[in-house]
Amino acid sequence: MAKKSAKKSTKKSSAKKTAKKSSAKKTSKKSTPRKKPRRAAVSKERDKVTNRAIELLADNVARDGLKGREPSVEIPLRTVTNMNWNKRKRILEMGDATQTRSLFNVGQARKFMQTLLLAKGSRELIKAEKTLSLRGMYYMSLHTIEGTTEKTFNDQSESDTVLEDLEVSLGGLREELHVFAKKRGTMVGNITIEDNGDEIDCRRMGTGGYAIPSICEPNVIQFKKCDAKFVLHVEKDTVWSRFNEDRFWETHNCILTEGSGQPPRGVRRLLHRLNKELGLPIYCLLDCDPWGHYIYSVIKQGSINLAFESQRMAIPDAKFMGIRAEDYDRCELSSDVRIALNERDITRARQIAEYPWFKDKRPWQREIKKLLGNGFKMEVESLITKDISYVTEEYVPARLKAKDFLD
Amino acid sequence: MPVATKKKHRKKATAETMAASQREISVSEFFAKNRHLLGFDNPRKAMLTTVKEAVDNALDACEEAGILPALKVQLLQVDETRFKITVQDNGPGIVRKQIENIFGKLLYGSKFHRMKMSRGQQGIGISAAGMYGLMTTGKPVKIISKTGRRKPSHEVVLKIDTSKNKAEVVSDTEHPEDDKLFKEGRGTIVAIELEGKYQKGRQSVDEYLEQPAIANPHAEITYITPANETIKFPRAMNELPVEAREIKPHPKGIELGTLIQMLERTEPKSISAFLQDEFSRVGQRKAAELIKLAGKKTSNTLTPRTRISTLDHADAEALYKAIQDTSIMAPPTDCLVPIGSKALLAGLLKEVKAEFFAAATRPPAVYRGNPFQIEVAMAFGGELKTEESARILRFANRVPLLYQQSACSSFKAVVETGWKNYSLQQPKGGLPVGPIVIMIHMASVWVPFTSESKEAIADYDEIRKEMRLALQECGRKLGTYLRRRQRMKKESERRSIFERYIGEISQACNAITGVDPKKLFNALQKQAAKKTAEADQLLDDEGKVVDDGGRLSKDEDVIIVEDLQTDSEADAEDEDLFGGVTLKGRRKKTKSKRTKKKGGK
Repeated sequence: MAKKSAKKSTKKSSAKKTAKKSSAKKTSKKSTPRKKPRRAAVSKERDKVTNRAIELLADNVARDGLKGREPSVEIPLRTVTNMNWNKRKRILEMGDATQTRSLFNVGQARKFMQTLLLAKGSRELIKAEKTLSLRGMYYMSLHTIEGTTEKTFNDQSESDTVLEDLEVSLGGLREELHVFAKKRGTMVGNITIEDNGDEIDCRRMGTGGYAIPSICEPNVIQFKKCDAKFVLHVEKDTVWSRFNEDRFWETHNCILTEGSGQPPRGVRRLLHRLNKELGLPIYCLLDCDPWGHYIYSVIKQGSINLAFESQRMAIPDAKFMGIRAEDYDRCELSSDVRIALNERDITRARQIAEYPWFKDKRPWQREIKKLLGNGFKMEVESLITKDISYVTEEYVPARLKAKDFLD
Repeated sequence: MPVATKKKHRKKATAETMAASQREISVSEFFAKNRHLLGFDNPRKAMLTTVKEAVDNALDACEEAGILPALKVQLLQVDETRFKITVQDNGPGIVRKQIENIFGKLLYGSKFHRMKMSRGQQGIGISAAGMYGLMTTGKPVKIISKTGRRKPSHEVVLKIDTSKNKAEVVSDTEHPEDDKLFKEGRGTIVAIELEGKYQKGRQSVDEYLEQPAIANPHAEITYITPANETIKFPRAMNELPVEAREIKPHPKGIELGTLIQMLERTEPKSISAFLQDEFSRVGQRKAAELIKLAGKKTSNTLTPRTRISTLDHADAEALYKAIQDTSIMAPPTDCLVPIGSKALLAGLLKEVKAEFFAAATRPPAVYRGNPFQIEVAMAFGGELKTEESARILRFANRVPLLYQQSACSSFKAVVETGWKNYSLQQPKGGLPVGPIVIMIHMASVWVPFTSESKEAIADYDEIRKEMRLALQECGRKLGTYLRRRQRMKKESERRSIFERYIGEISQACNAITGVDPKKLFNALQKQAAKKTAEADQLLDDEGKVVDDGGRLSKDEDVIIVEDLQTDSEADAEDEDLFGGVTLKGRRKKTKSKRTKKKGGK
């Protein structure tokens, strides 16, 4: 991959683009450049399928246009209303509702054009066997429409949402379109993996840890040797550093991951695979507030926006370790750590309590009730007030020992 | 006299000394001193009023004689402040012995005593203009008139003796080259030299002449400016307006004084005959009814056969009251000759470069026993200025009214009409703002002016109401048009959105599937045109399907000019365009133009 980015930079002109790209790919260069053949991010078979889907989409548009029919694209709805809670599988699934995006609709014409531009862009990527970041993709399809001063995209967010639409309408994944997101999230622990042919020993990652790439598909990342017994996922990188410095993963024989808040797809996919392929239980150490609860909900059940990917991402067996609302009393924390709940927190907490996957779980109902009863939230860092390493030496071991989790 | 005590040597006037200085004031003298009453307040206005009076007289004379008017107006700058105004018509001419009376005597004319629709009413205008010229420059009025090919022409130079209200003939000769002068063998030339001021712009002669051209599309006016430019206001219709019928006054329209005067002057001997002969809408039965009712109001016995000469003041008053208390049929209205929607449109179309024209003619109505009729026409858009208040062109019996706009009934009617309903802006209590010209015409046997100089129509409720109704009628058409235009604008925006993206889409499809991008582009563009055309037919606000061109295109009183032609083109087509029949032709033409435009896109 390192080689690829270098090659790109000479070929394509935009300096900005190359800067973005090289930063995006820094992680994978562990060893010095090798003469090994580069592995495709997506398998050839999958590429063929995606390619066919894109061609079909464009072909339908062209055929409709030539025959005097109104060209349109069916796009599955990514809204709360089109989202089902699969009780048996315990994941969120996308419903069947679709929206028709047609050219001859003032509100949709521009998006229709953008959809086709991105389809064209990802087809080119597949053909060239290359990948681009979301931002790179935005630049690739960006130009001024002939005869006007209008640009095809106003900003990246515009292309990002259309790309997500394209993903769902093609039934493919972003990776399969050869596009990846900015990576986020770190891993360290008793595991050796192979990333694009490079063997990475996650036990020897220093203080920075292994940056989890945005594409964690099996053809990119393979698990080699794993001694860990579980995965501890913490909310953010400050807490993760604390654990890493205390060599928590060594003493407790585990894998330590972090998702910088709401974990990105790569992290979720990796956790999913660790859970499904290696059978490792996932424990989440998150803030005691509605946002922490929601992060847990996304890891466990899938998100609304990406409900179509729940199958590959959700970990129904993930457990919520803390911080718990009762910890304020249980750990005898000082009142300084309390952060008062605001209006939005309260509404959000009530909403979460109403989610079907929380609704019939009495411990969760009690937890949220207690949070609202307390009237304050707490961050994981609040445990530092007890002792610098309280969280790694006392809190988490105690929870693990007691098997005191919320499900 | 408290003042007298202070001034010791004040000579007291006696009845005798006073009598010595008391004498009759002639009408001419009165107006010479009060010339502002006739519209000669300042040099600029004086010039305009002179042109106006001469033009009015010329048009009246031509029409009465059944001649299509062809007028020539010339302003010649003699001096910095001195102008010679010459107005020539192709009318019937004036017989020699009447020349002095018409041009040299105030309050002399054919129009004052009759109840007939005409431009002039009082018989003051042109003689006052001549008087003004004489007073300011000392130059007499020159009139050249010829009544027929084989008849001699007269060139008369007149001086008005203000103290006697009589004209003094300075010279009376035969014009040597009268055949050259009057190509049609007849006509009148009036030349007045006066102190004036020529200015362009608002209320200038240039602007003024546009207005008779609008209100009289059957007239052809040639105007030679002081800069020696020739401006032509071409004829737009080749039919003369129907001649107005003269009617007798309606009983309800007269006042007690007038009634007494009429009783003194009348020829019939009995009251019944008097009522029937002198008034309209009074028959034998109505006369009997009036007399019976009047009899109850006076001590004298009144019968239909009572002789007029026996009536005293009380009887006249009783009769007057009886008239007020009795319901009498409204006066006949066939005496009115409106300009007519078609002629109004033709007039506006040729003088105003706009894109939308609408006209409305109200049915005749009556105020104070005088029949009248209101017409309104509008021009919108085109080259008219967007940010300005509406321009109002006021006419009374085809005569443009130029001053005292805000005192005029028509102005008030425009202000009180809710223009916001017709998609125009209107500040509170003001004129609508937008590229619009509103023309209001009142036709009546007697137009109630607020002053002698015919500047504003008096504000009678009946008149204002009719004006408002006509304005609303036109306004609705304008509103419909503007909404349609709005919709079309939206449609074309929609179309441009589609068209903007079609290129991109064709390119993308071509890159993915290899489809011919040009073919796809054309196919999609065809669809886009169809899509937006379909939307053109959306229901309008009244729930009716608006077909292309809308209901308005079928309306006889509306003209929509989609593409404003350049001046030269318009001029070239003027000759045949504005005849009665070709009006429709033009409309059709613009329509086809429109469709062509669409197809080409």
